[in-house]
Amino acid sequence: MKRHLNTLFVTLEGAYLRKDGAAVEIRHEGETKLRVPLHNLEGIACFGWDIGASAALMAACSEAGVAFSFHNPHGKFLAATRGFTSGNILLRREQYRRADDEACAVAIAANMLAAKLANSRQVLMRTARDHGGSSPARATALGQAADSLAVRAGLLGRATTLDSLRGIEGDAAATYFGVFPHLLVNHDPGVFITGRSRRPPLDPVNALLSFLYSLLMHDCRSALEGCGLDPQCGFLHRDRPGRPSLALDLMEEFRAFLSDRVALTLINRRQITAGDFRREESGAVLLKEDSRKEVLVAWQERKQVEITHPFLDEKVTIGLLPHLQARLLARHLRGDLDAYPAFLAK
Amino acid sequence: MYPEDQLIPISALQHWLYCPRQCALIHLEQAWSENRFTAEGRAMHARAHEGPDESRAGVRITRGLPVRSLRLGISGQCDVVEFHTGGRILPVEYKRGKPKSHRADEVQLCAQALCLEEMQGTAIPGGCLYYGERRRRTEVNFDAELRDLVASTVQAVHACFAGGITPLAEYEARRCDACSLIGICQPQSLRFRRGAAAWFDQRLRASLLSSGDLP
Ligand code: SF4
Repeated sequence: MKRHLNTLFVTLEGAYLRKDGAAVEIRHEGETKLRVPLHNLEGIACFGWDIGASAALMAACSEAGVAFSFHNPHGKFLAATRGFTSGNILLRREQYRRADDEACAVAIAANMLAAKLANSRQVLMRTARDHGGSSPARATALGQAADSLAVRAGLLGRATTLDSLRGIEGDAAATYFGVFPHLLVNHDPGVFITGRSRRPPLDPVNALLSFLYSLLMHDCRSALEGCGLDPQCGFLHRDRPGRPSLALDLMEEFRAFLSDRVALTLINRRQITAGDFRREESGAVLLKEDSRKEVLVAWQERKQVEITHPFLDEKVTIGLLPHLQARLLARHLRGDLDAYPAFLAK
Repeated sequence: MYPEDQLIPISALQHWLYCPRQCALIHLEQAWSENRFTAEGRAMHARAHEGPDESRAGVRITRGLPVRSLRLGISGQCDVVEFHTGGRILPVEYKRGKPKSHRADEVQLCAQALCLEEMQGTAIPGGCLYYGERRRRTEVNFDAELRDLVASTVQAVHACFAGGITPLAEYEARRCDACSLIGICQPQSLRFRRGAAAWFDQRLRASLLSSGDLP
């Protein structure tokens, strides 16, 4: 298993990355800005329109299992480099078979969504406990939403079609984002949420969440690639050319526990304030370039935190979770485990 | 007689003798995880293979010689083969560390010799293992017992690859903790192998009743 290593984030427009021996070297305007040995890296993610890399570096990365990807400045995934498909054809074939069989797909997707709802519920309960005392209205709203997530998590286990799973999940997401304003405590009033909006994000919280979800997506996708699964073939998310549906499935377990909590910490500690966002004429709200660095640092720090993995009962870093869950999913598909034990934060 | 595309690599025999699951993970599932040991082993092999062919008085030394046996259905590469004048052929395999308790190194060397016998049409009675830590050669006799062990191991690996099924893990601390694939294999997770479903239901219920103690 890969140790949890750092991801190198490159946000400098005009940067060029090249291989220098066993290291990656970042050049900008004729100067070397940084050198990092490749074996210290788990991934390299570039955020910008004008960032380049040498073929030798990309080849070395795919050989060493270092995920290399390009994103636009706001985190949207653009392209990734990889070698020829190796991995395990037997495993992939089984993945396709199960994805085509609705009962199998429902069994896997139901666990992923149940974990998502349980983990979202924990985030609500945590705030209700820590900050509910000062505001009975908040405590009530969060408590009710948490109860409703628990009920829906129970319903998932009885659903027999993917459509009914999606319906339950949609209602749960509406409930969760409906009380999201109550999770903002001690925040700058300029940082607010008006409901969930993605394309484009229409308020500061959504802008921040979108960016953090794109980081999570990068990790989930490379975790799946790393254990030979096809990130495009999902169980819950339908196939659509170019969409990494399985990565989207895998993300569900971690959205609240990883991305949302980083967002809430940044906002509630006022490390991110209204000044960190820019409103476009279209109404889209975007995180400013300089502010993205703050978010990346917080993301990396969160990934270093150690927890005990609930199923494996081993100490692991949070950053390793997508990799471990991808492995467990592969083990379930190969028949070693009778169910997919999705990640339950508590 | 096996067709060429069904030859299994000789390295798979060693993996099988260490742990059948490890063998299947590497060769069937194409999982690979490099740790310090495999990295060192590879560097050492690269050195052994890269050296030039030499001739000393009465001996021609070949490095990295590709070999195969269609009878057994195996193929691989010999680190070093010495061809002595007079017809004696001596395979030599370089190993990191020291001799091990299991017979994997001997099986690998003998498998190479069986390939050479088939290709050269001669008998090869023995070979040498060279252990990095000891810095000297250990002679290996290819007796009937070792040859049988090679044959039965080859057969077991062929059967596993043909079936396409990875054997389940049996966690054994001494073996697994030194295994470079432990992270991929997750041998301990399989204590729940018929109980992952029950584990999940129970844990989910507990989570839905608990209140916000997140790490
Ligand atoms: S961890 Fe143990 S069971 Fe798994 S492959 Fe390695 S030696 Fe075999």
